[in-house]
Amino acid sequence: MTTPTLSIQNLTVDIPTRHGILRPVQNVSYDIAPGEILGVVGESGAGKSMAGNAVIGLLNPPAHIASGEIHLNGIRIDHLQGDEMRRLRGKQIGMVFQDPLTSLNPLLRIGDQLTETMLAHLDISQSEARQRAIAALEEVGIPGAAERVDSYPHAFSGGMRQRVVIALALCAEPSLIIADEPTTALDVSVQAQIIALLKKLCRERGTAVMLITHDMGVIAEAADRVAVMYAGQLAELGPVREVLTAPLHPYTDGLMGSTPLASRGKDRLHQIPGAMPRLDSLPQGCAFHPRCPRTEADCKVSPGPQLIDGAACLHPIAREDVA
Amino acid sequence: MRGRFPLDPSARPLSAGRMLAYTIQRVFQSAIVLLVVGLVAFSMFRFVGDPIDNMLGQERTMEDVERLRAQLGLDQPFVVQYYKFLEGAVQGNFGVSFRQGRPVSEILLERAPATLELAAVSALLAISLGIALGVFTAIRRNGFGANVIMSASLIGVSLPTFLIGILLIYLFSVKLGWLPSFGRGDTVDIGSWTTGFLTSSGLRALILPSITLGLYQMTLIMRLVRSEMLEVLRQDYIRFARARGLRERAVNFRHALKNTLVPVITVTGLQLGSIIAFAIITETVFQWPGVGLLFINAIQFVDIPVMAAYLMLISVMFVGINLIVDMLYFAIDPRLRVDRTGGH
Ligand SMILES: Nc1ncnc2c1ncn2[C@@H]1O[C@H](COP(=O)(O)OP(=O)(O)OP(=O)(O)O)[C@@H](O)[C@H]1O
Ligand SMILES: [Mg+2]
Repeated sequence: MTTPTLSIQNLTVDIPTRHGILRPVQNVSYDIAPGEILGVVGESGAGKSMAGNAVIGLLNPPAHIASGEIHLNGIRIDHLQGDEMRRLRGKQIGMVFQDPLTSLNPLLRIGDQLTETMLAHLDISQSEARQRAIAALEEVGIPGAAERVDSYPHAFSGGMRQRVVIALALCAEPSLIIADEPTTALDVSVQAQIIALLKKLCRERGTAVMLITHDMGVIAEAADRVAVMYAGQLAELGPVREVLTAPLHPYTDGLMGSTPLASRGKDRLHQIPGAMPRLDSLPQGCAFHPRCPRTEADCKVSPGPQLIDGAACLHPIAREDVA
Repeated sequence: MRGRFPLDPSARPLSAGRMLAYTIQRVFQSAIVLLVVGLVAFSMFRFVGDPIDNMLGQERTMEDVERLRAQLGLDQPFVVQYYKFLEGAVQGNFGVSFRQGRPVSEILLERAPATLELAAVSALLAISLGIALGVFTAIRRNGFGANVIMSASLIGVSLPTFLIGILLIYLFSVKLGWLPSFGRGDTVDIGSWTTGFLTSSGLRALILPSITLGLYQMTLIMRLVRSEMLEVLRQDYIRFARARGLRERAVNFRHALKNTLVPVITVTGLQLGSIIAFAIITETVFQWPGVGLLFINAIQFVDIPVMAAYLMLISVMFVGINLIVDMLYFAIDPRLRVDRTGGH
């Protein structure tokens, strides 16, 4: 077995507050293999972004990694500080944010933003960086890249800007990309193009991708495996086909049910009753039990089993249950 | 209506035509502002007191009074006087000083270098220190040094200028005897410009007044830069710059500072205008022979032409700076510039 590009083991993120410690990420473990796209889904506030930020070392204090390990290409990175971590960002781990309208510095030409990134990580000359910047823009499908390299971000549409952002994330050839809802802010018509582009570029280069999204359609389209998060914990982890069509965890089932997905053959759009608990009032036992249709007495006492593959649930849906 | 900060990222770039229209509109607005200020200044002074009282001593006759009134044009209707005032003002002619009997423009030109040099040094001090300290306190948000500076700046904002001036004089002139407490020191004439920059006593004389005059603006600029920079540091593009692994220096100075300065320019520009206006107090405290001191002396003497000219001068400066600041936006912010590369 090859070393995974990213390996997260028992990652826990804490936010100390005046009223106690909040735990937006709790005991999360997963791997992403080279060239693999892992979809990370879950309700708003589930801790998806927190986990991504922890990996790239951009947690906003006072949030910090409390325990667990993060390995990148077999090398432990969770304890790296300051300049060591900076050197990793952009070079080893690229990041794509949600809103392309605000991700680019409005006062700098996109070419300059590309070259500054490359010059920060690669030992190349200014003119070579510029050549590569143009090539990078061509690769992400910006027409007339040679002229547009000197444009400012406002001259591009949202979809085009997200292409620029992807070019920026990939320009130093990182082995991992963290894409935090890369299409949420875009027109429906360009969402598919952006996902297709991300998928294509990462496949070509063997870049691993952590694809955070709310959109099951995006997951179905792009992801190889899916991690479902609930209240900071991993609820389910598995290959995309299995998780989407035959979820084990009742939460995943509810999540699928609340998204219209033709391939599941369900016509109704149902909602999971209740809301995800706040971090300062997590229930005893399984965090999902107050909302779970399959709750039994033991769910209120003990959390689900430690998840490696499958579902962190004491009473998972049997695969045969689903037609 | 366009806001003062057309910084909305989705804002359409201005076309050349729209920019020209905008410029013309602004110039037009400025002219109206100046007319109104002129009217207010002129009519206010018209009723402040009777200059004749001051110009003629106790032993005056009615004939003397009437003759002087006619000579100064004070016997004509108000509108005619205002029109004449404007007509002259446009040509730089503000009449003759009641007190000195010389053309006001000549007196102003004579006094201008002292005020401009003082204001320039103060502005330089306020801008450079203000920006530097603002950036420092923003980057080291919770650091000890930043907290000390922020607390100290509260004192700078709340102490009145004249008190700062008097405190500085007390400390550095009276107690320590290091620096002069009044006047410009030795000056050198370069053409019609008298400068204090070329002699050591001139430079030494500048220190206390320029600190006094610049301190308030410096603290304002510093606090503004700090709050703007903190706001900018929260933006997505700063996070993204970090996520791309840029050095802290590049993030702070290349990415954050430039964006901070866009809105700071306006306020700073207006502050520069007010530095010259506020110079009145500093010039009085330090007996600095500039236009501010001239104005104060003119008030005591109800020297209407001098007062009116001074007010007009100050408002022209404010309006002019305002206009320049607006145009500077176009220079700094590419989103407002004509877009050469084409749209979407
Ligand atoms: N500074 C903070 N203090 C307290 N709680 C915080 C703080 N920052 C984040 N949180 C909490 O951490 C949790 C995880 O947030 P995170 O941004 O990772 O969610 P997410 O899964 O990415 O949600 P979304 O889909 O809305 O982006 C949320 O419940 C949020 O309220
Ligand atoms: Mg998020």
